[in-house]
Amino acid sequence: MSESGQKPEDRPGQGVPTTGHTWDDDLREYDNPLPRWWLWGFYATVVFSLIYWLLYPAWPVADTFTKGLSTITFEVDGEERSTHWNSRALLVRDMQTSDSAVRQREFLQVIDDSTLDEVLGDTNKLAFVNSYGRGMFGDFCAACHQTGGAGLMGVYPNLADDNWHWGGDVETIAQTISHGRLGFMPDYRDTLDEQQRDAVAAYVLSLAGYEGDAEKIARGGEIYQGHEGGCHACHRPDGTGLRSQGAPDLTNDIWQNIDVRGAEDDAARRALISQLVYEGVRQEMPAFGDRLSDAEIKVLATYVHQFGGGQ
Amino acid sequence: MPDSQYQARIPIYPRAVKGRFRNLKWGVLALAYGVYFLLPWLRWEREHAANQAVLFDIPGRRFYLFDLLVHPQDIFWLAALLIILALLLFMVTGIAGRVFCGYFCFQTLWTDVFMLIERWLQGDRAARMRLAEQGGPRATALKGATHGLWLLVAFATGLTFTLYWANAPDLVVAFFTGQAAFAAYATTGFLTVTTYLLAGLLREQVCTYMCPYARFQSVMFDKDTLIVSYDADRGEGAQGRSRPVRGLRTRDEREVKGVGDCIDCGYCVQVCPVGIDIRDGLQYQCIHCALCVDACDTVMDGMKWPRGLVRYTSENALEGRRTRYFKPKTLGYAAPLVLITVLLVWGIAHQTPLDASVSQVRQPLFVQLSDGSIQNSYEIRVHNKAQHPVVLELRLTGLDGAELDTGRIDQLSLMPEQRTTLLARVRYDVPAGAPRQQGVAFELVPVEPEGMDVVRVESQFILR
Repeated sequence: MSESGQKPEDRPGQGVPTTGHTWDDDLREYDNPLPRWWLWGFYATVVFSLIYWLLYPAWPVADTFTKGLSTITFEVDGEERSTHWNSRALLVRDMQTSDSAVRQREFLQVIDDSTLDEVLGDTNKLAFVNSYGRGMFGDFCAACHQTGGAGLMGVYPNLADDNWHWGGDVETIAQTISHGRLGFMPDYRDTLDEQQRDAVAAYVLSLAGYEGDAEKIARGGEIYQGHEGGCHACHRPDGTGLRSQGAPDLTNDIWQNIDVRGAEDDAARRALISQLVYEGVRQEMPAFGDRLSDAEIKVLATYVHQFGGGQ
Repeated sequence: MPDSQYQARIPIYPRAVKGRFRNLKWGVLALAYGVYFLLPWLRWEREHAANQAVLFDIPGRRFYLFDLLVHPQDIFWLAALLIILALLLFMVTGIAGRVFCGYFCFQTLWTDVFMLIERWLQGDRAARMRLAEQGGPRATALKGATHGLWLLVAFATGLTFTLYWANAPDLVVAFFTGQAAFAAYATTGFLTVTTYLLAGLLREQVCTYMCPYARFQSVMFDKDTLIVSYDADRGEGAQGRSRPVRGLRTRDEREVKGVGDCIDCGYCVQVCPVGIDIRDGLQYQCIHCALCVDACDTVMDGMKWPRGLVRYTSENALEGRRTRYFKPKTLGYAAPLVLITVLLVWGIAHQTPLDASVSQVRQPLFVQLSDGSIQNSYEIRVHNKAQHPVVLELRLTGLDGAELDTGRIDQLSLMPEQRTTLLARVRYDVPAGAPRQQGVAFELVPVEPEGMDVVRVESQFILR
């Protein structure tokens, strides 16, 4: 720069005013006036703020706040309601009347009007079911059954495997969702003693394909099939279980209430089963029929069916 | 001290000038305006989409650029493009100064057009200054007409911008019949206002006060950068500049008296759109439009003296050294520029018509089934980026004996631009001693049309 070395206020033809402050011998502070449009820009922001305060909630006043003139109208149980502008009401309105919400409702209607076969055989309908179902499952089911339906051993059924107490086809799952289920097995604390329970445990393990002491299994079989236990009434003589009673299939080893595969050895397995027989089982799934529409239940049932264990 | 804390804009009345750089600027302007205003009207035959050569379809989430289709997942192209533009800008600025500002910036282009309208209606510098000073009904009428025309141009600018986002002929009809979307009116209105404000009223203040780029130019400048400079040695001589009064009319006379070649006519100051005097040296307000070069060349031609008293040159050249164009800095910009350009071109050339991704369902990661086999679930997302329908079959490879279950879906048929998600399950009878995890691959085999490539997506199968 040809001008270097000159003080700004000394440059020819450029009387740049400075504040008079000097640092490090040669650093000066300019004192140029602010451009006027800049000031106008500031005023514009002030005007904007005033309009904003008028329209939207803005100022806290004691234990309330200024509500603003802008309103949001949405429906509650078929009645129109208006409130001052707030993002929660905005969300409610969007969930009711936004383009996406309308499209979602339309597609839900399409699902409602289709037969199950049509839904299961159509990629587009399935894609909708999967995305809408995922949201609903998260809202209503995942608290117990976990995201993805993995469940919790002994407490909440696993929906991703093919072990179904009540049946795993879409219709039955839909029924389960809408009416709920009550899983019940009586306790045998006063009926069977420890040795008998141990024998029954050995027997049902043999049904599931586990080796064991032949004599003990035979004794257990008698209790199971006879009057003493009477297990066959619900679990059926061959152990496959009555779906109508929600009685589990004992011939596989992925039981809901006992971690057969995860137990250390046969003794541990028998102990677990014996304990369960002693205590009985009482498990309840709430009904969702009054909370969800038929179409929503249909979507949910199809979605659950697709976890992979559906029959 | 200034009288006030605030200063009104000092009006600038740039004078018209003819010359090389002015012609170059007109050329760039014509090209830019031609492209900008006509491109939305260029038609382009497409079977399944709007027949518009350049269309940014936001609701459809794709951009049409002639035969290229840009999808959201191609955002990396945009990133590459922006990097290319940035590097190019830095490189060009390092070599040739604020070329972008002077010739290509929208602010410069639109201000140029607005000034043209002003000059056309009100006359050149002197006439405009007279009008402003005298006022009166004629001045008011001319000013009103000027602002009216400005608003018209601004509106055309805003509307044209909006046309890029929808089918232009339909949108224009809808726009003027009140049928267009709110966004169209809002965008057009906003751009009309900003164009009018920035190009009509604020002009050089945008470059001087608002533009961040203007403020960090100097970082890219060095002694080899070509800048519009006043050759002070030649112009000032030993005794400074002087008007060509008697006894100072020829170069010889001036040389004897030690007076420089600058005849202090003020033309270079009058044509300057940002209102500076280039003879004070490089200033941050200068946008390198080179109009002062044209002005000074015109004057020097008139004096029959050599051109170049104000010229594009570097500080090194002014000091008698050589200007170096090829040096580490330039190469440092050029190398990544070339690399990213190659990457971008490669990426665009290798666009696949089918896009597929597989994500394993992670909750639960694997499921034990009653027959002892293990099941994993996968979400398969497929997007048909081709411009024709496709029918696909899903196959599983890489895991012998595994069984793929897609429920009752045998084939996926996708319309152009359709995307879908499919849940698939894989069941596998685990042999003893198998590792915890095995690779699998899903193959999407196009059944129709024939001749499309199979898309293969890798994933993994968790056994325990």
